[in-house]
Amino acid sequence: MRIDVKKTYKLYIGGAFPRSESGRSYEISDKKGNFIANPAQASRKDLRDAVVAARAAHSGWSSATAFNRGQILYRVAEIMEGRTSQFVDEIVATEGVAPAAAKKQVQEAIDLWVWYSGWCDKIGSIYGSTNQVSGAFYNFTIPESVGVVAAFAPQKSSLLGLVHTIAPIIAGGNTVIAIASEKLPLCAITLSEALATSDLPGGVVNILTGITSELAPWAGSHMEIDAIDASGLTSSQDKEVRVSGADNLKRISSFKAEATPQRLLAFMEHKTVWHPIGI
Amino acid sequence: MTFEYASAPESTSVVKIKPEYGLFINGKFLPAKGGKVFSTINPATEAHLSKVAFAAPSDVDKAVAAARTAYSKVWSKMPAAERGKYLFRIARILQERAREFAVLETMDNGKPIRETRDTDIPLAAAHFFYHAGWADKLEHAGVGTAPKPHGVVGQIIPWNFPLLMLSWKIAPALATGNTVVLKPAETTPLTALLFAEVCQQAGLPAGVVNIVTGDGSTGAAIVNHPGIDKIAFTGSTDVGKGIARAIAGSKKSATLELGGKGANIVFEDAPIDETVEGIITGIFFNQGHVCCAGSRLLVQENIHDELMAKLKARISKIRVGDPLDKNTDLGAINSSAQLEKIRELTASGVEEGAEQWSPSCNLPSKGFWFPPTVFTGVTQAHKIAREEIFGPVLSVLTFRTPQEAIEKANNTPFGLSAGIWTDKGSRILWTAKHLKAGVIWANTFNKFDPASPFGGYKESGWGREGGRHGLAAYLKGGH
Repeated sequence: MRIDVKKTYKLYIGGAFPRSESGRSYEISDKKGNFIANPAQASRKDLRDAVVAARAAHSGWSSATAFNRGQILYRVAEIMEGRTSQFVDEIVATEGVAPAAAKKQVQEAIDLWVWYSGWCDKIGSIYGSTNQVSGAFYNFTIPESVGVVAAFAPQKSSLLGLVHTIAPIIAGGNTVIAIASEKLPLCAITLSEALATSDLPGGVVNILTGITSELAPWAGSHMEIDAIDASGLTSSQDKEVRVSGADNLKRISSFKAEATPQRLLAFMEHKTVWHPIGI
Repeated sequence: MTFEYASAPESTSVVKIKPEYGLFINGKFLPAKGGKVFSTINPATEAHLSKVAFAAPSDVDKAVAAARTAYSKVWSKMPAAERGKYLFRIARILQERAREFAVLETMDNGKPIRETRDTDIPLAAAHFFYHAGWADKLEHAGVGTAPKPHGVVGQIIPWNFPLLMLSWKIAPALATGNTVVLKPAETTPLTALLFAEVCQQAGLPAGVVNIVTGDGSTGAAIVNHPGIDKIAFTGSTDVGKGIARAIAGSKKSATLELGGKGANIVFEDAPIDETVEGIITGIFFNQGHVCCAGSRLLVQENIHDELMAKLKARISKIRVGDPLDKNTDLGAINSSAQLEKIRELTASGVEEGAEQWSPSCNLPSKGFWFPPTVFTGVTQAHKIAREEIFGPVLSVLTFRTPQEAIEKANNTPFGLSAGIWTDKGSRILWTAKHLKAGVIWANTFNKFDPASPFGGYKESGWGREGGRHGLAAYLKGGH
């Protein structure tokens, strides 16, 4: 009989897979309490490292052509498709659902990448505008990425909730530090392995596993984080990050698990440019 | 050559200021609780203009209750096209009474009649006209096919463009079907109260617009009121952050238009005479009491001396004085408190080693005045390069390469406005792309229009006002 080769679940920061600098991990078990894995327990320092990586990646990612970003998001879907059985196994193990339900979740997650892939080069056309000002001026408004976003993925979904969170943020040209569901983090690390092989530049997506209540306050008060997706926070954690996030007026939103262009727009800024018309 | 101008004062006979104004709640003027009042003065003369009711929290309660009733019983049930007609009516009445509003605004604010007459009041009317047309087209506003208003909106506006900021707030709120409780600034309440009369003349249903005058405590009562669904605030970044903290954990959403430290970038190939005019408009429009002012001039090093010589010659021609005089370019500072702040910050500029220059000009003996001022030799570390002065004070820095210009321009927690001066189209678009600012004026400055979204990146605030984007913020889920 062959002994399984089990995976060490590590963080994903700046395109690399480090363990937590704190040396900590925490135990994940199934519904019956059986041990599954010891993912890394990210620290404040890991979060700060991820912010540095995300900031460094932002200028390249936000200035890549929208077509290029769209192709990379589509590539993520392609790579995930090939790893379907791995995601299914992890969802079955951690969520305790039937394989059919797990497979449905994986397929929806893949299709969501495809959907957001198509938004990359359309969001500006649909939500930008030329503005008919009264005067001899050409005036237009374009949406742009807000910058570095910390995103707390929904707690009750291994994969689909995480993709709902990450895909619109990077489709809009932002870079992200995603904090996986505390109790269902395995798919997040497997996703990061798919991302690392999808032509996505390192640092565009950073994924941390760990204790949400430990990381949330540091995300709220970090002055280099421009926005927060608070979907995975409790109402008291949500309030706390909104209070500390006011120090640099972070844009903070939380969402139901639905695909909508408003999720892109929540992490975009509208820039308006005026120029006189004349000869 | 020096031009001498005979004085050409605008008559104040068109304005009838009442000795005392009440709060405008549920369509009527009411005294504040306990009859408390405060005085509003003309900052150009320090003359008393009127007494205005000071709203206590219980008065805010009344206003919110009136707005809620009007929302649920009248405004939300009215066909959208009919709602729009009220806004058209208001726009027309503002145009009919434009001169009266312009003179009153100049008296209460201190800004030149030329600006109130040609900018503030026409733009305020235009905002109502623009948004009136949106009322029955909200399904095209990009927020889904059945967009919903928030309900009762609390609005707090500043003293730098009193009626214009009122129109930026009230017009989109009403067009989208919200009702409002608005607080004008403590030093400039009069045009808002005259606007209340316009609401009466327009037959606007009672309670749709409520205006409560007071100070920061009145504003706080609005922000913290459980009956308010959304806050729209224009003012300082500090107060804006306080509002963000206060509404954390509540269901309230907010639009915040806050401070700025706009970079006005002049490249070596800029058309220099037009650029000089643009710099003047950028920093001396409205005495520099403009959140999007071009208060940091970034000049390419090789044209610095030439540009400074021309700029100083032009600034020497600025006419400072009686705001009611039609020749006046630069009016009074809005309040003694603001004058004190400008003095403190300019004193820090000198202490930190920048060189201060002002033309010789005779300032009136009464009222609050500050001459047009330029600081050269400013570095990025200087307070006058980092903090918003909100006065007629320009800080001049230099750069060598376009990359350095971008780095310096973006080296601020603010991100409201920026200017670009160059003859080269591709450089305009490259620069605009890299600037972290919500409004960018290329070869122009300080232009505003109801169709054009306005608002900032970073600590300059949340959301936009104006255009489709500003409208969407008054609908649930809109960005």
